[in-house]
Amino acid sequence: MSTDERRLATKVRKVREFLIERTIFVSGITSIVIVALIFIFLLKEGLSIFLTESVFDFLGGQFWYPISDPAVFGILPLIAGSVLVTVGAAILSVPIGIASALYIAEIAPPRTKEVLKAGIELLAAIPSVIIGFIGMVTLGPLIKDLFDIPTGLTALTGSLTLAFMAMPTIVSIAEDAITAVPRQYREAAIAMGATKWQTTWKIVAVAARPGMVAAVMLGMGRVIGETMAVMMVTGNAALIPHSFLQPVRTLTATIAAEMGETVQGGDHYAALFAIGIVLFIITFLINAVTDLYLHRSVRK
Amino acid sequence: MSMEQPIIETRSLNLFYGSFQALINVDLQIQDRQITALIGPSGCGKSTLVRVFNRMNDLIDGVRVTGRVLVQAENIYAPSIDMIALRRKVGMVFQRPNPFPLTVAENITFGLEVHRSLPRSEFRRMIEESLKGVLLWEDLKDRLDAPALGLSLEQQQRLCIARVLAMKPKIILMDEPCSALDPIATMKIEDLMRELKRDYTIVIVTHNMQQAARASDFTAFMYLGELIEFGETKSLFRTPRVKRTEDYITGRFG
Ligand SMILES: Nc1ncnc2c1ncn2[C@@H]1O[C@H](COP(=O)(O)OP(=O)(O)OP(=O)(O)O)[C@@H](O)[C@H]1O
Ligand SMILES: [Mg+2]
Repeated sequence: MSTDERRLATKVRKVREFLIERTIFVSGITSIVIVALIFIFLLKEGLSIFLTESVFDFLGGQFWYPISDPAVFGILPLIAGSVLVTVGAAILSVPIGIASALYIAEIAPPRTKEVLKAGIELLAAIPSVIIGFIGMVTLGPLIKDLFDIPTGLTALTGSLTLAFMAMPTIVSIAEDAITAVPRQYREAAIAMGATKWQTTWKIVAVAARPGMVAAVMLGMGRVIGETMAVMMVTGNAALIPHSFLQPVRTLTATIAAEMGETVQGGDHYAALFAIGIVLFIITFLINAVTDLYLHRSVRK
Repeated sequence: MSMEQPIIETRSLNLFYGSFQALINVDLQIQDRQITALIGPSGCGKSTLVRVFNRMNDLIDGVRVTGRVLVQAENIYAPSIDMIALRRKVGMVFQRPNPFPLTVAENITFGLEVHRSLPRSEFRRMIEESLKGVLLWEDLKDRLDAPALGLSLEQQQRLCIARVLAMKPKIILMDEPCSALDPIATMKIEDLMRELKRDYTIVIVTHNMQQAARASDFTAFMYLGELIEFGETKSLFRTPRVKRTEDYITGRFG
């Protein structure tokens, strides 16, 4: 290569590096800007509800009567519905998901492992309407008969359906985290006389904890944001539930179900956007807390 | 060479990785409370041999061992062997310091919990004793709850030795324990080995001829899976009996 050619090659490389860097930078900035714009839009459309309904009445109000006269916009029943369904889904999916991940990563023979991993990918790919539909026609009647209650569309049905949806996320991300634990930790534990089980439980699971927390949070993120399936299986009663066997309605389902009937710019319309703000803040807080936790344990 | 009852003894030991034979007819006797160095060029089977003594080779698929390996006169490849007890008796320190991603104290209590060898009320005392044993106590006594991965590499390697000491082993296997450390840290670990020799048998794999000459009492020279020469370090380095050993220790190959 002549000097000229070499100089040209260097130049081309520099330009390419520059372009790549810029592209990444611009994509990053764009996503931040888009999120900011969405939030501003939510605020613009939703804040006007607080002219007629105080923040306290909105968040703490026990009644959601958006179309009666006068309308009452209290979202406590919706918050309670979301929390109940989410907590239920977490209680069901987290232990089972983590245990499955440990089984796949540490115990399963290679063949079984491949099959299970493929199966889980497949589960993750099922659209939520379909899961909701199956939940509605199979799980609903089952729960109705099992507990002998008037309707099978309850918070429990929602939790089960959502647990099923969160599981693939939790399992596949937790499994990656467990597999990524360096072999040298396992070797050290085995060399000290630890059994396979002790090694998995006391060392591998602890080393993989940040990744498992991320897995759980992403799974829960899917649960909180899920709309279609919950709308189909929870019975949609905007009442404060007293048990898992009552119908509930979640924040997301409310927006989806009612947005079509509202008048743009009206109180009901604004109230639904305000629910959007609440959801946004909840998700943001969960992400922030997870991030804080992860950074703390990384530094640790 | 006057020999007492050896603490480790191999008789016609052969080891195969699948069809590849990594150890060929190794007959070796390791004396109690002495430091024995294994030297030889890369790939000659040093790591393979030390991993026989605590049966860490069992983790690899397709490994087959023939011959006898006695630790304190017990055949450790007998079907009735208690592997957990064996690994408590024969501790291991690895090439790269590998403390668990836990706190300093938890690294030491791990072995105690695994073997239930001490009541919980004694853990504190044992943490102190083991850390003192590796001369880390003064440095770390206020940082027992700090993460072990935050220590310097030398401290991490000492901690790895300390967690083995806490199990009260008889033998400590060290596979190139200083290769990730700088020369000063290496010297300090060698000093520590001489301290530990009073209570423990040490088998150390090393690439570093000076280290073997400085730190060990006996040296075994291996080549292509065979034990070529074994003897007291002084005489092996001064007057090797085999030409190949001489070539290696004088740096003519390897
Ligand atoms: N898991 C394995 N499967 C197949 N062959 C292996 C395996 N581990 C080691 N070997 C082979 O066995 C021989 C001895 O390896 P070993 O690691 O014991 O050598 P070593 O003397 O410790 O070398 P080094 O100084 O590089 O650490 C080498 O030829 C190596 O390629
Ligand atoms: Mg080696």
